[in-house]
Amino acid sequence: MRYALHAEWTKLRTLASTCWLLLAAVALTVAVSAAVAAATSCPAGHCAEDPARISLTGIYLGQAVVAVMAVMVISAEYGTGMIRLTLAAMPGRISVLAAKAAILAGLVLVTGAVAVTTSLLAGRLILPGRGIGPARGYPALSVADGPVLRAATGSVLYLALIALLSLGAAAALREAAAAIGIVLGLLYLFPVIAAMVGSPDLARHLQQIGPMTAGLAIQATTSLSSLPISPWAGLGVTAAWAAGALLLGGLVFRLRDA
Amino acid sequence: MTASMLKPSLPGATAAHDSFTNLLRAEWTKFRTVRGWGIAVVIATLLTILLGVWTGAKSHNECPTGPCHWVLPTGPGGEAVTDTFYFVHRPLTRGGSITAEVTSLSGVIETDLTPQGPASTEPAVVPWSKAGLIITASGRPGSAYAAVMVTGSHGAAMQWNYTGDAAGLPGRVSAASPRWLRLVRAGDVITGYDSADGARWAKIGTVTLPGLASTVQAGLFVTSPPGSVTTSSGITGGSGSGDPTDATAVFTRVSLRSGRPGAAWTGTTVSGGGNSPFEAGSEHGYRRADGSLIVTGTGDIAPDVTDGTPIDGSLAGMFIGLIAMVVIGALFVTAEYRRGLIRVTLAASPRRGRVLAAKAIVLGAVTFAAGLAGAAGAILIGTPLLRANGNTIYPVTMLTEVRVIAGTAALVAVAAIFALGLGVILRHGAAAVTVVITAIIVPYLLAAAFPVLPAGAADWLLRVTPAAGFAIKQTIPQYPQVAASYTPSQGYFPLEPWAGFAVLCGYAAVALALAAYLLNRRDA
Repeated sequence: MRYALHAEWTKLRTLASTCWLLLAAVALTVAVSAAVAAATSCPAGHCAEDPARISLTGIYLGQAVVAVMAVMVISAEYGTGMIRLTLAAMPGRISVLAAKAAILAGLVLVTGAVAVTTSLLAGRLILPGRGIGPARGYPALSVADGPVLRAATGSVLYLALIALLSLGAAAALREAAAAIGIVLGLLYLFPVIAAMVGSPDLARHLQQIGPMTAGLAIQATTSLSSLPISPWAGLGVTAAWAAGALLLGGLVFRLRDA
Repeated sequence: MTASMLKPSLPGATAAHDSFTNLLRAEWTKFRTVRGWGIAVVIATLLTILLGVWTGAKSHNECPTGPCHWVLPTGPGGEAVTDTFYFVHRPLTRGGSITAEVTSLSGVIETDLTPQGPASTEPAVVPWSKAGLIITASGRPGSAYAAVMVTGSHGAAMQWNYTGDAAGLPGRVSAASPRWLRLVRAGDVITGYDSADGARWAKIGTVTLPGLASTVQAGLFVTSPPGSVTTSSGITGGSGSGDPTDATAVFTRVSLRSGRPGAAWTGTTVSGGGNSPFEAGSEHGYRRADGSLIVTGTGDIAPDVTDGTPIDGSLAGMFIGLIAMVVIGALFVTAEYRRGLIRVTLAASPRRGRVLAAKAIVLGAVTFAAGLAGAAGAILIGTPLLRANGNTIYPVTMLTEVRVIAGTAALVAVAAIFALGLGVILRHGAAAVTVVITAIIVPYLLAAAFPVLPAGAADWLLRVTPAAGFAIKQTIPQYPQVAASYTPSQGYFPLEPWAGFAVLCGYAAVALALAAYLLNRRDA
């Protein structure tokens, strides 16, 4: 297993695209978060804005880049035929997939931590100027604050879970474009469809089972009672999706010729 | 080697138009022989329809006695309207007029609307409280009308047939600055005037109400829509429709010329549409005091934008089709790059721009057909199910319904062509799919579906990003004379339907042009 991990780390580390994608994930997350924070305004000082959630809006876009990277970890090998070499060298397919998952999760956790802390820092600097700050009775954003810490660590874990979900989908589908289409569909379709169905109960139910809508409940620090699902339970839903995708991916990967 | 040996073996391949036909046939063969794509197109179309059916079957609009089945009156233009007001009227013949001076417009709003406790009221006039003169074709809700009025905070105005609105004198009415109003009827033509002093009159507008009966009802009306006001204790009526209000106006020097002799003023509550609670407590009706008529009423005479479901209520599944077609659009070219087939394609047909055009046409035709089947199925099956479950669907014209269905199909096709263009530019399927999906769906998600953005930023995103194309499915226009929450999350887009769709087409055209340029410049 140590060799498998080492091999996967070498493969991932020596790809130029890995570095660019990780940089893009951080840059997009921080840029969108900062832009949304700058676009928010609360002139009356009487609004229900959630400072942590606003500061972490960039995750909505950043997760797409993380998903692309995760899909490419396995689909790129199919595209180039590298997968046959990999499986000839390491015939234990489940350990290949496990090694890929471990390396990917580690890399995304580090990247996510950078993206999330930078986003929160940007929010801490920008939001007081937009009417959401200590002057108006909102506490300054700080990870020493319990709910903010939950939002921050939860967002990092969320990104890692999305990476694992994407890896599982790619292992099952092989084709990169199809895998990314399915993953982005799973992420974005639930909230979009929930917004369009007429019945509030149905919408709430859709938000409870969607991997993104449930998982990002972890970002809430205010008015928790109005969430469709409680923060950690929501992250659990995302984890279940990731586990299901990995299980399916592992099964298909194990049973099919490369 | 003779010349005959060099002749192309395909009959007609030398003729220019025939060779493009062959190119189209080649691309169509490539498309239909990839089994996965065909299956994906069929599954996505079926899912679009099934989600429409599911939405229709699961969206119940329950009233205490079962499914609601509200009936919204429709105006002369066919749109759903609210037609609720207090009307003090007399008959009016073909050539006549009605004049009155309004000296006061006041109102109350219900501030604590709780199911248990008694509601309290406080004085407030909402911006679109209306009091004035009206000539209606009949007493039935939804009938044609013309009216001049003073409003809570939009000055004097002339309005007709629910959607027409022309501004008159600005400013609020009071005893110190009263407003004189006059409606003159000449056959089917009605002209509205206003004046600050009853001596110098200014014309606000002229409308024709075709087929007006020779004797119609004319008189005074007062109405006041639910609203929200800022009070000392914060903002009341934060919810979409607002709190009930009513308004009271004082009319003096009321004169009706050319009425039927001997007819007296009659008070009627006209009530049509508007299922939100209206009554704010005070007695509705009219009374006389010191030669003036004091009228109290509630409701609105305006298009209804709160009580129904738009025709695209069962179209949520279009997003599934959209994502599937974007994936296929990107793969249609990136799979050729990955397999090396692109070199064979370009060797067989060296004019690369034509290859791209043929690909775009085949892809566009297939995705449009699939989108059409999905959208038509979802709407034609889902809408009757929604109705059966008590939901009121806003009436739209056949043309609008066709626009929504064909527009959705076109949206899906253009998005697929956008992905094709990006596929050539990036030569990487996953990258092209990610860029197109995030560019189309993420702005829509942040601005409309799961609104985290303030209204200004949301509007901006839906103007400049490819997500502007979703405007094609908006059917209920935004009315300046109706106060409502016109946000993207309520289905109101900042651009007109075709303008928004043109933005998406612009993105696809730029991508395709750049793709054609790069395809010619780069080695395959």
